[in-house]
Amino acid sequence: MNAPANDRTDDHISDSANDVAHRAPSNLDLDAPATPYLDSNELIINMGPQHPATHGVLRVILKLDGEKVLGTECVIGYLHRGVEKIGENRTYTMFNPYVDRMDYVAAVSNGLGYCEAVEKLMNVEAPARAKYIRVIMTELNRIASHQLWLGTHALDIGAMTPLFYTFRDREEILKIFEKYCGARLTTHAFRIGGCQYETYAGFEKEVKNFLTYVAPKIDEYEELLTTNRIWLERTKNVGVISGADCIALGVTGPVLRASGVQWDLRKAQPYAAYSEFDFEIPVGTNGDTYDRYLVRMAEMRQSLRIIEQAVNGIPEGPIMAKVPKVIKPPVGEIYHSIEAPKGELGYFIVSDGTTQPYRLRVRPPSFVNLQALDRMVRGLLVADVIAVIGTIDIVLGEVDR
Amino acid sequence: MPNFIMSYLDSSVRGTPGEAGSQFWALIYVFIIFTGVSVAVMAMNWLERKALAHFQIRLGPMRVGPHGLLQPIADAIKLMLKEDIIPAEADQFAFWVAPMIGLLAAFAVYTVIPFGPSQAVSDMNIGILFMLGVSSLGVLGIVVAGWASNSHYPLIGALRSSAQMVSYEVAMGLAVVSAILMTSLNASGTGTLSMIGIVRAQQEQGVWFIFKFFPLGLIAFVIFAIAMVAETNRAPFDMAEAESELTAGYHTEYSGLRWSLFMLAEYAAMIAVSSIAVTLWLGGWMRPFPNLLNAPAWDFIFSFFPALTFFGLAAIAIVGVARMSSHSFFRIQRVGLAVFAAVLGFIAVLLLVIAVGGRSVDANVAAGSAARFREGIDDVYWFVLKVAVFMYLFIWYRATWPRYRFDQLMRVGWKVLLPISLGVLVVTAIVGVIVS
Repeated sequence: MNAPANDRTDDHISDSANDVAHRAPSNLDLDAPATPYLDSNELIINMGPQHPATHGVLRVILKLDGEKVLGTECVIGYLHRGVEKIGENRTYTMFNPYVDRMDYVAAVSNGLGYCEAVEKLMNVEAPARAKYIRVIMTELNRIASHQLWLGTHALDIGAMTPLFYTFRDREEILKIFEKYCGARLTTHAFRIGGCQYETYAGFEKEVKNFLTYVAPKIDEYEELLTTNRIWLERTKNVGVISGADCIALGVTGPVLRASGVQWDLRKAQPYAAYSEFDFEIPVGTNGDTYDRYLVRMAEMRQSLRIIEQAVNGIPEGPIMAKVPKVIKPPVGEIYHSIEAPKGELGYFIVSDGTTQPYRLRVRPPSFVNLQALDRMVRGLLVADVIAVIGTIDIVLGEVDR
Repeated sequence: MPNFIMSYLDSSVRGTPGEAGSQFWALIYVFIIFTGVSVAVMAMNWLERKALAHFQIRLGPMRVGPHGLLQPIADAIKLMLKEDIIPAEADQFAFWVAPMIGLLAAFAVYTVIPFGPSQAVSDMNIGILFMLGVSSLGVLGIVVAGWASNSHYPLIGALRSSAQMVSYEVAMGLAVVSAILMTSLNASGTGTLSMIGIVRAQQEQGVWFIFKFFPLGLIAFVIFAIAMVAETNRAPFDMAEAESELTAGYHTEYSGLRWSLFMLAEYAAMIAVSSIAVTLWLGGWMRPFPNLLNAPAWDFIFSFFPALTFFGLAAIAIVGVARMSSHSFFRIQRVGLAVFAAVLGFIAVLLLVIAVGGRSVDANVAAGSAARFREGIDDVYWFVLKVAVFMYLFIWYRATWPRYRFDQLMRVGWKVLLPISLGVLVVTAIVGVIVS
């Protein structure tokens, strides 16, 4: 069967955090130093879970030769809340707000994925107007998520100022969210079968105003970074990953597209009302940090296009399909995935015909994308680890669930 | 009054206290400079937070005092009252002594910085050499701090910054040498390492060295300006304390007063290297166009600048008072800012009186001293103004640029700056020989 050394990968989740460092996760081999080079010893340092640039509570064990990274091991689970288990013990409706707490910077996308999955399970379709509202909100959220990513990524690389610019503009999106559903971050914007709330008076005008407001602002971010010499040096050819590797690791989202793979679920498996809109999928060529930056910047502009079309073409009509008060999907299982800002967000739900899911499994993009970290940073320097963690765009709430 | 006090005030005595052999006045100067630099660091702390905030569409400190003016004082008190922690695993003595080394290196430099032709503690004939030597001792404090902390992040931070400072010192030194070469183009034909001598050479040759042999002086100046940012570990070269990578670099384990000593040393070093740049390339204490516009009338006009500056600052403060909310909650702040404006205005009036009064006659000793005092104020004013421009640049860099990676930083140092500065040095030497 398996060699003893390989056994350890499976059970290290159950270890206490301290044990992991001593017990040497398989791919790092922390105990035995590699062949000494000029009598130098490898240095093993802990980056995180308390570290300003690991985006929450990610802990990365780095094995260094001087500043060169020989290997990494991600230790996750510091933010584990058992979301999937909670799902088994709540009704379908009660679980809806919980999904907002996974990727808390893109809560609307999480809600959309969950609602659509349950609708698919129940064979219900949301009305056209609800779909359009969903698209507008989700794309606004995509911009907000990318803005937050840009700000923190730039801050990690040392540029302080873009953070404040992006937060200023993200605030406008959050204001729209707050007016629509009363919450800024964990929105709980959608319901199973459609939307709970009709748009408020002046919604369309405000969204249009936002579009004209934010388009030059995106140029402004680019002005600060895109041709900045230091930014280019820090991001070009850093954290390169090929399209084939991305597919092998299951990496999705902007990271995959930056490696040249034109895969976007909004086009590949259109959901909500995406089939009705005209937009492009930006792709990169090199699969490095700079390409991922460009792809996300282009995606923000594409999102603006989608929102504009949706706001102009929003139909009248009901916003809620006929859904029973107590949701009891028929026995069966469903996998539904959407293109969240960070990649493919999938929900796998097994129903036993009761009011609660028998099993609910979330396929979070951050968790899967994080696997690529080690492959991206081997042989680079410590500073690049930070840049790569930023460029993968993880949210630890979603990684740990 | 005792002779050792009065003798230096005699108008016939020229030169620095050290030069005039007045130990007493040298001590007074040391005291003034130490206090002045410490206050400047506090002011710089406030200004950096304010300026950076306005770059980033924030307000910065606003609560402690009007517009956060008392924030540095509050911070200083807080830092002094904090628990003094020495990690159990640290090397106690080295941990204790490291900030002192850094501070000593940063402040010792000020003994030779000429704020004016006689406004320096001493005018060493090897001034610039002393300055480079002592300021590079600062790296010792950083290395000791990183080692003594007995922790990974500080160690890496210390190694980074020592490598960085050592390599940028080479380019920096070569740029300095090309400026020193220019001093030898005097009538007397002898170069000088004395800081005051370097400024006098610029005066004699009628050109700031930044414009000398255009663009050679400019290139050397730019190299120095880049190297000095790296030398002081400031953005975009702030490897050592790269917050997002190494938490806080070499001072990760430091807190409270010890940490504030490191900060004090860093800011003092920033002012020190800016002073070197000003002395070497920007004419030190000289006002703009000292030779071209050398009529007494121009002297008179330029002597109003210090007063005008303070009037301007007072006006800004008054505008601040006017713009502040009239709500009773802000009454203390409004009164405080008004008092601050009044103090600035008073200083301005004082400077105005000196500018007009110090001009009159130099028949008797007292009037001669007054004239000297006025000149001294002018010199210090222009020097500080030029240094302030550099300090603003430091903030501007920090707000604008991402951080270099360590290997890129070394590459810029060794493969770009070093060859260029060498080339500039050689070409300057050749041009100098041809010209003379």
